[in-house]
Amino acid sequence: MSTSRIARAVAAKDLRIEMRSRVVTNQVLPFSGLVMIMFAFALDNDDVLQRVAGGLVWLATLFSLFIVVQRTFAVETFDGALDALRVAGVNPQGIFIGKAIALFVQLIVLESVLFISAVVLYRVNVNGSGLVLLVTCVLCATAGLAFVGTLYGGLTAGARGRETLLPLLLLPVVAPVLICATRATESAFRSGGLTVGEGWPWVAVLAVFAAVFGLGGLLSFSSLIEE
Amino acid sequence: MSSETQSFKGVGTPTTRMYGLMAVVALGWVFLGGLFFTPEDAVQGDAVRIMYVHVPTAWVAYLAFIVTGIASACWLIGKKHSMGFDRVAGASAEVGVLFMAMTLLSGSLWGRITWGTFWVWDPRLTTTAFLFVTYLGYLAVRGLGGTAEQRARRSSVIALLAVLEIPLVHFSVVLWRSLHQRATVLSPDGDIKMDGLMLFTLLFGVFGFTVLFAWLVSHRQRIMAMQDAQQITALDAAVTERLKEVQE
Repeated sequence: MSTSRIARAVAAKDLRIEMRSRVVTNQVLPFSGLVMIMFAFALDNDDVLQRVAGGLVWLATLFSLFIVVQRTFAVETFDGALDALRVAGVNPQGIFIGKAIALFVQLIVLESVLFISAVVLYRVNVNGSGLVLLVTCVLCATAGLAFVGTLYGGLTAGARGRETLLPLLLLPVVAPVLICATRATESAFRSGGLTVGEGWPWVAVLAVFAAVFGLGGLLSFSSLIEE
Repeated sequence: MSSETQSFKGVGTPTTRMYGLMAVVALGWVFLGGLFFTPEDAVQGDAVRIMYVHVPTAWVAYLAFIVTGIASACWLIGKKHSMGFDRVAGASAEVGVLFMAMTLLSGSLWGRITWGTFWVWDPRLTTTAFLFVTYLGYLAVRGLGGTAEQRARRSSVIALLAVLEIPLVHFSVVLWRSLHQRATVLSPDGDIKMDGLMLFTLLFGVFGFTVLFAWLVSHRQRIMAMQDAQQITALDAAVTERLKEVQE
């Protein structure tokens, strides 16, 4: 079976499990919505909220990322599904791409809800060119997060204490995504007098990040899950 | 088994003892020279003495992480997957984390005196902090358990991913902001603006801490080798002992 067919099958399987179990929609989405409300309680100032809205959206995304990544690999380790895939001789690169695609789709749904809640709760405004920047930024940043999440999720899958280990490993790695996506989003929102044009260099860094970890994941994922 | 333990005399060899002796002599000089013999700085005053520890520990920490990266690559690429590489990578990372903690601590104390604050969000400081946390994660991965082979495979991939990660973190933080004091000794202009004795003490410190690093890593990797060997033989020993009991 070709790698792309494996990837499609794995992604479809993950998304089907998600559609039926509805963990993301029933638990992760409400959680991230709550985080957005808690930020408003903590900062307690409309102007400050409007200024830092971009950062808060991405921080809420990262918090939710840990839950989604753990969930996507809990499905695999339960009943030894990952071992079964390996025994069946399935190409690990296909598994990596497939799981990353499923993670990407789930994160995009999550981020759409977070950005809408930022517009509603934090009163940010986006114009046409800002929207183009925002969408590109979200696509690039999410691709990077999906690759890194799949990579480190695969590493910690089945390990003792993975709930605490995953954030420790993932947070330093996704720091560039937080920095760049936040700056680009702030430009898209024109917070603090930024212009939309200033956001594009940050998107370029996000694209490089996604490419580097996509490639790194393809090369190393088989080493991580072959045990 | 017990007689073997009693006759055991540590993991030192003539080479490691030489490293140890050189480290003690060099660091003894840095202690005396740094605290008493060298003059105080015209601008920074006595605070400059922190530099004799700060710069060498930072250098050793970076060196340690480079050694970890290279040893991990050697383990992964090598056909034999020699466990020696894995142990050197692990030992080097442990020592690196220790020295990086010392760098961050001494740097923040120096910053408090010179800049008036313990911490500034400067690219070099921020990247260093990220390095520290990344290698804490690396050590956590090494502690996950499983066989020595599993540990080596997981941790070598993590170490190589860190090599990918650090430039990206550094680059994005540089874009984010910049303020650190420019490197004085290794400045690109090439002219060294430092008192002779101060420079000598600093370079001697770099030498002393590097030898200390070599000493610690060689001991640590030997202890790891013994732990791995013990893990393998412990089961056999237990089985033999139990069989003996049954036979009696």
